[in-house]
Amino acid sequence: MTHEAIISVRDLRNQFGPQVVHDHLDLDIYRGEVLGIVGGSGTGKSVLLRTILGINRSAAGRIEIFGKVRGEMSRAEEQSIEQRWGVLFQDGALFSSLTVAQNIQVALKEHLRMPQKLMDEIAAVKIGLVGLPPEAGPKFPSELSGGMRKRAGLARALALDPEIVFLDEPTAGLDPIGASAFDELIKNLQATLGLTVFMVTHDLDSLYAICDRIAVLAEKKVLVTGTIQEMMAQEHPWIREYFHGPRGRAAMAAKSAPPRP
Amino acid sequence: MSEDASSLMLRPQGDWVVRHAETIDKVLAAVHTYDRRLATFDLSHLSRLDTAGAWLIYRTGRGLERAGAKVTYAGATAAQSTLLNAVANSDRPLPPTPHVGNIFTNLVVRMGHALSDGGRTGRELVAFFGLVLETLAKTVANPFRMRATSTVYHMEQTGLNAVPIVSLISFLIGAVLAYQGSEQLRRFGGEIFTVNLVAVSFLREVGILLTAIIVAGRSGSAFTAQIGSMKLREEIDAMRTLGLDPMEVLVLPRVIALLIMMPILGFVSAMMGLLGGGLVVWIELGMSPAMYIERVKDALDVWDASVAFIKAPVFGLLIAMIGCFEGLKVEGSAESVGQRTTASVVEGIFTVIVVDAFFSIMFVKLGI
Repeated sequence: MTHEAIISVRDLRNQFGPQVVHDHLDLDIYRGEVLGIVGGSGTGKSVLLRTILGINRSAAGRIEIFGKVRGEMSRAEEQSIEQRWGVLFQDGALFSSLTVAQNIQVALKEHLRMPQKLMDEIAAVKIGLVGLPPEAGPKFPSELSGGMRKRAGLARALALDPEIVFLDEPTAGLDPIGASAFDELIKNLQATLGLTVFMVTHDLDSLYAICDRIAVLAEKKVLVTGTIQEMMAQEHPWIREYFHGPRGRAAMAAKSAPPRP
Repeated sequence: MSEDASSLMLRPQGDWVVRHAETIDKVLAAVHTYDRRLATFDLSHLSRLDTAGAWLIYRTGRGLERAGAKVTYAGATAAQSTLLNAVANSDRPLPPTPHVGNIFTNLVVRMGHALSDGGRTGRELVAFFGLVLETLAKTVANPFRMRATSTVYHMEQTGLNAVPIVSLISFLIGAVLAYQGSEQLRRFGGEIFTVNLVAVSFLREVGILLTAIIVAGRSGSAFTAQIGSMKLREEIDAMRTLGLDPMEVLVLPRVIALLIMMPILGFVSAMMGLLGGGLVVWIELGMSPAMYIERVKDALDVWDASVAFIKAPVFGLLIAMIGCFEGLKVEGSAESVGQRTTASVVEGIFTVIVVDAFFSIMFVKLGI
């Protein structure tokens, strides 16, 4: 992990009508790290994600992505940046009228010229990489389980081999086995593909298992960032309760327990 | 790429990434073993490699192996070998998408499907009709169960808000009918009967039929889309688990709303048609409005003025029922909502016209 910030957010302000969600929010994302974003419900974790992605327009502040400033980019520059990231939305957000393989090929078709055979091969590789059986390829999203939809969504996010992936609550709604398998998958892919991962999550196990660094959203900004050990040492009441609460302790115990034979 | 007597050396250079995959794919298509027993990939000159590039290298290696050469990889960084391994592990081709088949057999197959689907839809519609009537009867027995707010809301949406468009279209069709009619009748010197033409046809048939078609396109489709997207988001299932009957909560208010509003819209349509016809008669034939009203009164008997009101509630019931029925049949994807909405409008208009034909025969037989 180098300390080159590929995305940096400065003085961000987001508000909906009179309700201010973020104020003077600063955040850096370094190349090659897994960054977990935590925060209570309504602290604007998803809003932050959507603002960085440009789906949401911020009221003030500066967002620098791959060295370019959002709002000062031409449309072509924006498009080239969009091809360098992948996004997994909460329930996969797969296109329901396309098969899984076609979903993965959407970006390939749109941005590159490629023979269909090669696209099919690449889709097959991605489906394998995210741990789906090949039979999932010709299926429609409605025929898949929730966990499989997330994997398919991840495969689509990886279609163009992005440098950074954004994951919005990747393990929400998965059973514990599925959730740990998904954590494992993200960790493996991150190591294999050299990805940077920006992950909004509520899952303490994920934080322990795969996050290099954690950013806590509270009081309308990023309150602290640091490793999980640094979080444990924080005195802020919300952070203490989050990491030292019963679930936090359970997750920590699970992490420090010796692995099963 | 280089070769010596026994071995083949492949040396990919530069960026092997998805952006250049097409070019690389074309170049690699030409690679074969040249009968060498050994092939080596020297990856030390690669500057960037991603999954697509790794796949292309692995696929080429696999091809060489199948042709009988032994393949080795040299000079890969740790990250590159991990990637190559990961790609090799996910080398499982997707099952082919089902065969498309011959155009003509497909045509016959589709016709068969359409026929059997049509038959089934008809049967299901009759069953649904029964269910609607049963729910209606239950509600009549227990009037406090009726969702008054929802019903009034749908009356506004489907009735009041449709008045402008129904009025405009009816006015224009009335004018057109009078204009064309007067042209034809003039040849027999009977242009005065244009009034009868407009009045009788609009009150008996055109007005209510026009209204039904507009309402099917406007409200029938809306019912399907509303209920369909609720079904997709499991709202209907949620309702059932809370002990709410979707028939009572969703279907009945819509059916009752159209049952009430359809005659009113039909009346508006008839009046606007007469107005449009009257305007043309005034301009073309110079007949004063007062005279026109007198002639209209003479032309109509009591049945002409009332058959539309017998038909209107039936049409309203059918359109609302089909709209809700198709909405409840939505499943799976957003595409399904679109298909069902189309089906709802087509079936709605079709059914209305068929039933209208039956009404016509019945009225003739009864002599009214």
